[in-house]
Amino acid sequence: MSPSALTISGVDKFYGPIDRGVHAVKNLTMEIAKGEIVALLGSSGCGKTSTLRMIAGFEEVSRGAISVAGRQVHTLPPVRRNVAMAFEGYSLYPPLTVRENMAFALKAARLPKSEVDAKVASIAKLLEIEDILERYPSSISGGQQQRASLGRALIREADLHLLDEPMGQLEPQLRAVLRGRIKHFIKERGLTAILVTHDQTEANALADRIAVMEGGVLQQFDTPDRIKERPANLFTGTFVGEPPMNVFEAYVATAAGRINLRLPDGLSLDYDKDAFSAPVRDQLLSRERVVIGIRPYAVRRSKEGVPARVSANQWLGDQTHIAADFAGGSLVLVEHDRTRLDLGAPINVSIDPKNLHVFDQASGEAISHGMELA
Amino acid sequence: MEHTSLLERILRGVALTLVVIFFMFPIVWIFMMSFQTNETILRIPPQLIFEPTLANYTALITGKLMTAAGTLDIAFMRNLWNSVFLSVTSVAVSLLLGVPAAYAFARHKFRGSEDIAFTLLSFKFAPALLVLLPLTLYFQKLGLANTYIGLIWVYQLICLPLILWIVRGYFEDIPADIEYAYRIGGHSWFATFRKIALPLAGPGIAAAGLLAFIFAWNNFVFALVLASADKQPVTVGALAFITSSGIQYGQISAAIVLSITPTLALALYAQRYLVEGLSLGAVKG
Repeated sequence: MSPSALTISGVDKFYGPIDRGVHAVKNLTMEIAKGEIVALLGSSGCGKTSTLRMIAGFEEVSRGAISVAGRQVHTLPPVRRNVAMAFEGYSLYPPLTVRENMAFALKAARLPKSEVDAKVASIAKLLEIEDILERYPSSISGGQQQRASLGRALIREADLHLLDEPMGQLEPQLRAVLRGRIKHFIKERGLTAILVTHDQTEANALADRIAVMEGGVLQQFDTPDRIKERPANLFTGTFVGEPPMNVFEAYVATAAGRINLRLPDGLSLDYDKDAFSAPVRDQLLSRERVVIGIRPYAVRRSKEGVPARVSANQWLGDQTHIAADFAGGSLVLVEHDRTRLDLGAPINVSIDPKNLHVFDQASGEAISHGMELA
Repeated sequence: MEHTSLLERILRGVALTLVVIFFMFPIVWIFMMSFQTNETILRIPPQLIFEPTLANYTALITGKLMTAAGTLDIAFMRNLWNSVFLSVTSVAVSLLLGVPAAYAFARHKFRGSEDIAFTLLSFKFAPALLVLLPLTLYFQKLGLANTYIGLIWVYQLICLPLILWIVRGYFEDIPADIEYAYRIGGHSWFATFRKIALPLAGPGIAAAGLLAFIFAWNNFVFALVLASADKQPVTVGALAFITSSGIQYGQISAAIVLSITPTLALALYAQRYLVEGLSLGAVKG
């Protein structure tokens, strides 16, 4: 393991008095290695931006400690933390041109002018803002301001680069191009970056690891693949993935050597006992109620499956999203071909136990993913 | 694009003319009076055509007032100087104290910050005369009565709350992230205040300073009670024109013209800053 670029240990954030104010971040502990790109992913108000601002030093840490590159920083003023940040609201200096704004970030480093010019030129090329370098922030578009602000952060050599919603204002094509370039840029220079985003595509594309947050609590901190394949709990399971995971409550029953997962509306998913691995089977049989989750792309239409009724059918150009009324709720399945199904058409669906995610009914914690225990 | 009919434009022109005449008439009339003698001013009916004289201005500038009862010494130029000195110094002191305070109130929510800010504002609620009585007694005890320092101190009651509250609003309008961006780039908070916050709030500070200057300049009652002849500003000094041989309308008018000139010039000069202040909104976010 390379040396740690950031260590957050037991950090709490209260807005207002400690223990009585709004508890925005709850007992957060995470460690980020040097050279890693980490995404803080969550919906609005989940504490991700508060976390970022505590690292930067704009919010006080109510409890706990933060270290950057081995130095305790949570009591230092922002100037002494050696972190760079791109702000969600861009925060460019209005009286300066885009070029000056970016060069300004290097001022404290006291570099020779030729070097500053070269750096500005290379970052501007990377972000495709060469043509607006001499313009003022008030005369360029939101997307251009955002790229200028991103450039102002990336141009610095800091222990940590904090990017708050760095591409929220960009148009989709440009976003896709820039994602690749920025990732390459960060990796090439061995920078460590933390980005805050609510866009899971962005998190998946950019980050080595994703920290999913909800309600101020870190839900899961893992690689994008593992978050998708082995969600730690119901929240991560349903939050990450597009379209979202299908979730149903089920009663576990056994009959004639088979395991029945009884769903509402008298439906039941029937599996041979041996279809599950022994540990998963034991876990299932030790419980009365569970929550099962199935990714939409793992739902198959088959002749002899459980009946459902089509309630919506969308062709997205490269895949079909079919929504069906199923077990008192809605089930979404994804097919890669254009499927012609009328509204109300009956279909039968089957779910391979290898694709079944099982969660605890009370706590929402994951029990098993396919054949493996969580 | 604006679509206005001819009738609408004519009506608007008429309305604007009426408003301008209504507000400008006293000033124009005073300006005309300042070039007339008492006799032509008091003629009935008043006449628009007269033979202009500079006698009023000469009297003010030389300090010799000729009246029917003889020659009077008036200290108008001294008063004018006092006004300039008192207003400029008071506003300068207020800016020095008020701008950092406004920044603190805008950016740092500390315990009791709202209460302190409101207390400062409440200085403006109290009727001046009510404050003046005890203040006079204190000032006499402290030896501050009839001193420039004492007057400038009292003038803070006028200028400081005004500057504090106006400038605070301007600081609050600057997105805090702009300052954070500067601080995280390796600058102290003081450098941030000086290089980012002050320039961005500049037009607001100029506007507040101008307003405070006008209020200080126009103050009458503080100076009337707390200052004797040699420290009095023009507002109090103008009382000298009510002489035993009658009111010297010509000189009063000339004095008014001279005393509104500095504020008028300042307002015209600062106008572009005020406009800049309004357009600050365009560069935000």
